[in-house]
Amino acid sequence: MQMDRSEWLLLAGGLLIALGGFLLPSWMVSIATSAFATALVVQGVVLLIRAGLVSFGQGLFFGIGGYAAGMSNRFLGVTEVFGMLALGLVVAVALAMVLGLLVSRYREIFFAMLTLAFSMIAYGVLVKSRALGSTDGFGIDTWHILGWTPPDGYGQLSLFLLTVTIGSIVAVLLHRYRRSALGLACEAIRENEVRVEYMGISQRLVLYINYVIAAAVGALGGSLHALAIGHVDPGMTYWTTSGEFVFIALLAGSGHVAAPFIAAVLFALVRTYAVELIPNAWQMGLGITLLLIILFLPGGIWSLFTRLRRATS
Amino acid sequence: MKAHKSLSRWTRGVTTAGSALALAAAGLAGMTATASAEEDTFRVGVVAFLSGNASGPFGIPARNAAEVVIEGINNGDLPAPYDTAGLNGLTIDPVYIDENGGTSQQVEEFRNLVERRDVDAVVGYTSSGNCLAIGPVAEELEMLTIAFDCGTPRLFEEVESPQYLFRTGLDATADNIGAVRYLQDTRPDVTRIAGIQQNYAWGQDSWRDFQAALDTLMPDTEIVAEQMPQIFQGNYGSEISALQTARPEIVHSSFWGGDMEAFVTQANARGLLDTATALLTTGESAFYRFEDRAPDGTILGGRGPYGVFAPDNALNRWFTDAYVEAHGEQPSYPSHKMAQALLGLKHAADNAGAEAGTKPDRDAIIETLRGASFESVSGTVRMDRADGHQAVQDMVYGEYHYDSSEGPRLENVIHYEAECVTAPEGEDPVEWIEAGFPGVDCE
Repeated sequence: MQMDRSEWLLLAGGLLIALGGFLLPSWMVSIATSAFATALVVQGVVLLIRAGLVSFGQGLFFGIGGYAAGMSNRFLGVTEVFGMLALGLVVAVALAMVLGLLVSRYREIFFAMLTLAFSMIAYGVLVKSRALGSTDGFGIDTWHILGWTPPDGYGQLSLFLLTVTIGSIVAVLLHRYRRSALGLACEAIRENEVRVEYMGISQRLVLYINYVIAAAVGALGGSLHALAIGHVDPGMTYWTTSGEFVFIALLAGSGHVAAPFIAAVLFALVRTYAVELIPNAWQMGLGITLLLIILFLPGGIWSLFTRLRRATS
Repeated sequence: MKAHKSLSRWTRGVTTAGSALALAAAGLAGMTATASAEEDTFRVGVVAFLSGNASGPFGIPARNAAEVVIEGINNGDLPAPYDTAGLNGLTIDPVYIDENGGTSQQVEEFRNLVERRDVDAVVGYTSSGNCLAIGPVAEELEMLTIAFDCGTPRLFEEVESPQYLFRTGLDATADNIGAVRYLQDTRPDVTRIAGIQQNYAWGQDSWRDFQAALDTLMPDTEIVAEQMPQIFQGNYGSEISALQTARPEIVHSSFWGGDMEAFVTQANARGLLDTATALLTTGESAFYRFEDRAPDGTILGGRGPYGVFAPDNALNRWFTDAYVEAHGEQPSYPSHKMAQALLGLKHAADNAGAEAGTKPDRDAIIETLRGASFESVSGTVRMDRADGHQAVQDMVYGEYHYDSSEGPRLENVIHYEAECVTAPEGEDPVEWIEAGFPGVDCE
């Protein structure tokens, strides 16, 4: 497998962040873990945006990943983290393969509304499920990574390392996907769908595959997030959660696979400091800061780097 | 052209540097906040809804109460046994955090409180979902955490052998057993019962417990209608019509806050409450707001001896006066529950055996609070369930009456002993109800 410069950089960045986990204060480690997990879901949203589609229902796969991990842990006694992740992945991909048949026919607001509707159906079902704790959700107890149980006090750090590892691998794979014929066809569809059809590419098949891949990374993010928080509840599939993913995707921009990770950490940090500094109006502080970023960087955070590169060259 | 280009690069540079500086400043502020945690203060994280739908009825009254009680403790203004200043002589330094934003944000903020803000204890949480998510994290981080308001009966099922997590208020099961006992005592002849609950965990749990207790204590009754509208729906026209056609005598509701007030107002205007009596398990929070919108005889609960149901003791007199003076309104049940949690913390810190003026060991505070019996604004609180981590108290219900010149008042107030509304240690509450309350005599 030939690795290009970006991929080496992604892996090196992942390694650096993983090593940083040993130096960072523990509150930062736990914020970064859930932010990176969120970033995986955002990667899916960005994939869809690259194909010209905005999903307001990515919370569906986020929730499926979380609940698959939680339910397999609680009801099936699965304690192996990779087992929990795999189950979420399988369920989400299976569901996306069915839903994808329908949603890949739709564009623009119709796609947005349809994805929103599916995630809200999941929300409604979860809220009515007594055995799953309704809106209160339930906790995830004990888990181990490949049979290894982290010693007391190192649970968050090991989840951080796991998330960074998975995040780096997914980033490399997505980077490849974006440059593959399939990934490039997505961009072409966004620009001119009819022309893509004339070139002999089935736009439905391309969008279908793209949707399933977005669902898969969403479920991975959901499972990792649920493990980091130690609790799942139907709020994961609520539309405001999906809206947050779209917002982070806009903040990141679709320029590079590394951008969603940076944007998700920035979002989490801005929010936690807003809660600390203005406890009575933190939503306003968060909103204004993010609005300013979007105003001054309309192409997302990644445009900072491209600008810098242009300025130096 | 060239000048313009360099200028725009310059402005870009400034905005980039500006945002970097802003972030760095925020980071610095966080670090200084950690550094300022000193030995002569006791830092308490206070978590309550400061925004969102639950802030008006619960969060703001609770935060107001925390301000009043913390200031009172710091100045040594409280009556005995809390007449010493501070927690074991240490000034309380509160950190207020908004409970709004969902469970994952609350878990992150809880970790921040412990690891970045360096708190010595956390008091808070109204939402059951947040309590369930925070409980295991509190145990993991070994942080003394007092849940002041959340009502889920599952809390100490999920946190099986608690060390660091306490709850100084009652669970929702006690509310609903108390409600049925009140019906049995004041309206033994009713048979037609209806219910309207918000369709989420709180409403579903409340309705399950109420029905179970009804089956055991009043087997002749029949559920003639049940409605489960969305939470925060606001308009209950169709639900009220559906209830009306079933002609109930009692309408049980666990609605809270704005939903509860909206339901009562609409049901009263539509005539449902002319023929049926509303039984509102959290009705107390609107006691001073109903005026003539709730008919006389409406049955109110306050989730225990809190708010207007609180007893007339020196602590409550001090608290009510101080609260009214500071905030210009009467404290409601969430205020009393917050005050109770803080008094429990003071009791434990003062009696933990540390030399006055020094910070007691966290384990010593926990040992003191476990199984403790302490005086509160609601009378004596016994930490007598879940290995001494869960409070038991009387349950109180009464009838609302309103007079336009004299204001609202309560009639037919009945107290039910703690043992009659709370399952014995180690027993599943629903099984205990269905088995006919074995082990207690409350007739």
